[in-house]
Amino acid sequence: MSDFPSSARVVVIGAGIVGNSVVKHLAAHGWRDIVQLDKGPLPNPGGSTGHASNFIYPVDHNKEMAHLTLDSQQQYEEMGVSVTSGGLEVARTEARLHELNRRMTSAKSWDIDSRLVNREEIEELVPFLDVNVVLGGWFSPTVSVVDSLRAGTLMREYAQQLGALSVHPVTEVLDIETDRGRISAVVTNKGRIACEYVVIACGVWSPRLARMAGASIPLTPAVHQMIDVGPLEILSATNSEIGYPIVRDMDTFCYERQTGGSMEVGSYAHRPIFHHPDTIPSIEQARLSPTELPLTMDDFDPQLEQAVELMPFLGDAEIKYGINGLLSLTPDAMPLVGETPEVKNLWSCAAIWIKEGPGTGRALAEWMTQGYPEIDPHASDIARFYPYMKTEGHILARCAEHFNKTYGIVHPREQWDSRRNSRVSTLHATTSALGAVYFEAGGWERPHWYESNAPLLEEYGDRIPERPHEWDRRWWSPIQNAEHLALRDRVGMIDLTAFAIFDITGSGALQFVQYMTVNQVDRPVGSGIYTPLLTEEGGFRSDLTILRMGEDHFRVITGGFDGARDAYWFRKWLPESDCVTFTDITSSMSTIGVWGPNARRLVERVTDDDVSHEGFPYGTWKHATIGSIPVTMFRISYVGDLGWEVYTAMEHAPMLWETLWEAGQDLGVVPVGAGVYGTTGRLEKGYRLMGAELESEYNPVEAGLARRLVKKADFVGKEAYLKARDEEAAAVCCTLTLESYVSTSGVARFPMGGNEPILTQEGDRIVDRKGRVSRVTSAGASPSLDTYLFLGYLPPEFAQEGRSLQIMYQNELFPVKVARVGSRPLFDPDDVRMKS
Amino acid sequence: MRILVCVKRVPAPGAKIVLTPDAQDIDASLLGFAVSPHEECAVEEAVQIVEREGGSVTVMTLGPPEAEEQLRSAVAVGATSVVLLPSDIPDWDPVSTSTALVSAISRLEDEEAPFDLILFGNESADSGGYQVGIRVARSLGRPMVTGIKGIDTEGDSVAARRETPSGWEVYRLPLPAIVGVKEGINLPRYPTLKGRMAARRAPVATMEPAESASGQSKVMLMTPPDAGSAVEILGEGPETAPAIVDIMEGLGLV
Repeated sequence: MSDFPSSARVVVIGAGIVGNSVVKHLAAHGWRDIVQLDKGPLPNPGGSTGHASNFIYPVDHNKEMAHLTLDSQQQYEEMGVSVTSGGLEVARTEARLHELNRRMTSAKSWDIDSRLVNREEIEELVPFLDVNVVLGGWFSPTVSVVDSLRAGTLMREYAQQLGALSVHPVTEVLDIETDRGRISAVVTNKGRIACEYVVIACGVWSPRLARMAGASIPLTPAVHQMIDVGPLEILSATNSEIGYPIVRDMDTFCYERQTGGSMEVGSYAHRPIFHHPDTIPSIEQARLSPTELPLTMDDFDPQLEQAVELMPFLGDAEIKYGINGLLSLTPDAMPLVGETPEVKNLWSCAAIWIKEGPGTGRALAEWMTQGYPEIDPHASDIARFYPYMKTEGHILARCAEHFNKTYGIVHPREQWDSRRNSRVSTLHATTSALGAVYFEAGGWERPHWYESNAPLLEEYGDRIPERPHEWDRRWWSPIQNAEHLALRDRVGMIDLTAFAIFDITGSGALQFVQYMTVNQVDRPVGSGIYTPLLTEEGGFRSDLTILRMGEDHFRVITGGFDGARDAYWFRKWLPESDCVTFTDITSSMSTIGVWGPNARRLVERVTDDDVSHEGFPYGTWKHATIGSIPVTMFRISYVGDLGWEVYTAMEHAPMLWETLWEAGQDLGVVPVGAGVYGTTGRLEKGYRLMGAELESEYNPVEAGLARRLVKKADFVGKEAYLKARDEEAAAVCCTLTLESYVSTSGVARFPMGGNEPILTQEGDRIVDRKGRVSRVTSAGASPSLDTYLFLGYLPPEFAQEGRSLQIMYQNELFPVKVARVGSRPLFDPDDVRMKS
Repeated sequence: MRILVCVKRVPAPGAKIVLTPDAQDIDASLLGFAVSPHEECAVEEAVQIVEREGGSVTVMTLGPPEAEEQLRSAVAVGATSVVLLPSDIPDWDPVSTSTALVSAISRLEDEEAPFDLILFGNESADSGGYQVGIRVARSLGRPMVTGIKGIDTEGDSVAARRETPSGWEVYRLPLPAIVGVKEGINLPRYPTLKGRMAARRAPVATMEPAESASGQSKVMLMTPPDAGSAVEILGEGPETAPAIVDIMEGLGLV
């Protein structure tokens, strides 16, 4: 075909809701010469969009998801393809009623209209629902239903009208070519298109396309069953596509959604059924469409009974249509967006559902155009995975585990059950013997607390308030608080092997590291530097510490949760020449933290090196020998006490632990878990955490992490950073104290920190001038100060020490007080303990 | 009236049929299964007769154990009882199939009572042999007509109507009789949720199928070459009119 393009700036593969959103927003962001391909015909190429239920519940506990969904909902409305139906979630269990309170709280955070409803109100909303089956419900009037296929057509047309897009359906991609790790062309059955960029937006087929380029998009096609039953006169009588609210029968993992005169019943309750991207039938082979596979009725049968139980009139309706519809699942249930770490200019926009499609398309276009999206996408960032997480075994195991949690009640601290022990340090046997309870950190098994510390409860029990509600105690132990107090009183040892560690070396290393970081890294060899890394827009991309190991050698130490994203970020900016070498040495290193007032006395016993305050100042590192083990020691602390991070070769870690452990016995050494390191110790010191307080929507000035001076050297985000320094911060990160464990209505709770809104005393949301809502970014006990702490951003008019505010938790209001504005710690505010 | 309907589990493919590598079967790994549309209509017809006049509908199939799915589907739309003749042997030709069915029918009739009416689909959706019903009728010594698109019960006989280009042929068969039903005789109902729920709990009787020598054996399957059809999009909007006129002229229509 003569009109088939031989070149393009960007080729977008896929014409479902995602691909269409991407082409629209790329065009809106000024991109031209966009070519969109799909193997199927238009307007329904046969992917997941074609059989989607198309309803949108905007409330999500996750901020990124909530914002992407709200943006999408608005875009659908603006295109005129949206009907507001309202949505009802019903609870059959007490646990679900509790969860609905949590949904009320998230709805408040994101300013989404919703209310709890009793049986009478449910009956009024949905008269054909048997209210005797339910205990109560939650209603959100803004839940909507959209026409995602029509939206897709409109979005393509938008780009076409700008002269930005040519669309080629029924075109199969056969190969994606790369040249020195960068996209160079897309080969199709109609010809080869030379191009600079490729966006893979083809849902369940995405892994197959990514593999053509040597990249990985870790998702699995999975079945979501639905049936269409009717005709139902009550529904036909509405004379509309949807006249009644969508009902989610949360405890049976099912929904009932009117579609004209029929009811669609969908289920997330059946066994996980996975397919492989390579064996999805072709359009010709498929009876309905490639992603509408034959319904395996046996799997759906139990849901029929539950549906009829909830809505008896469904019993006499006919099952007119039923499918095993394919959709995309990922190992952590979040989308896969961003540039693939493997191939430059190859972008993924996959594992996205109708509800967040247009918003994610916009975010991707912003990301490709200006460097980073407006909505912080870190939880969707495809660079978040370590290699083992992209294997089929891991993907399938984790997807099998979370599929039935689609409508499940997922605790914010909930741990995975499958594929544990994928990453274990050589300390694992040691910490296991001490009764470690492991939480996963970037895949590593990291001790969260130690059951062997239970006897500490006798010593400290009276300083640890009881948590009466099971939800607040879940995935938690009072031992964490006891470990905290023992560390503050004596000394603790913490397994920090989950750190990701990179070496950056070469003649260009200094210039490169300077360019990546906000703070001055041109400090003497032996220095350790804490620094933010910014996006080009000046928001947080990362925060980490860097050791100057040599003139041309920097060692980066960052958190296990962010290691993969950080490695991608550094590699992305590496100069083309070979003057800088980036090496991930995580797997060769183990780290043990030793902190507490007795830390120096402990270490002195096992080393001949000078560990005195003068001989080993705060913020410096040294090579040393502990017992017979060569180590690198860095005098720093994330828990606010005297001590070191001690790094050694992975194989030495058990002996290093043993040496320190024995030396500390009469000093009262205790093993301490990440519950202290990541929460209680950190919060008392007001230390910010990447992914919680620190995200791309906030800058260092707002986080209270801007230094007095700005280095001369240029760095990523510098211009935006300088601008932020000149402006009054729109919000400031503050520490708040809980004034009472008892809510205004008399319920005793321990708010655990998951985007709970911070409210005025009148109960109003607090929004800064950039439109960002004040919410709890971290929460946890402060055992040393005998209080309970929250971190969160407040606009200047609220950021006043002593100011009384409220937080909402589980739909209850609790009084809080602003205890600190900015980063000055509540505990040991002058850092005397760790700096002496 | 006591009615028996015989059905066959067949794959439900899309436009393109894929064979297994040994060319002995259709690759059904991604396909659903059904009974042929003719048989669906036969079940519906039987259910309607019984709804009108009382009696029972028994549905029987010879096939793999998974064919239980098709029997339960029949219960979901109103079958009274179902019988499975389970066999893992794929190669049941018309001779051996009809022998097994006759043996099972005889047993069922001995145990309870003769069937007044036995319905078959006109032909199966996969192999399309047009033989099994006739062979069964012959063995049982009962009258049979095929290609039937209408059945009226008349006391101890049935009137079966066959559509021809010039009108309806009407056959009057004394009961017990056998009829080969064609799609179009009725509009089969979908199962209701309650029907499906009942079907799930319905007992499935099984009887070992009587084996006999086959009359024919399968060498291999082949898919006929795609006849192919080209679609040319002439354009959009009024400017396409001349092209359409050209085509119509070419076809001698204008």
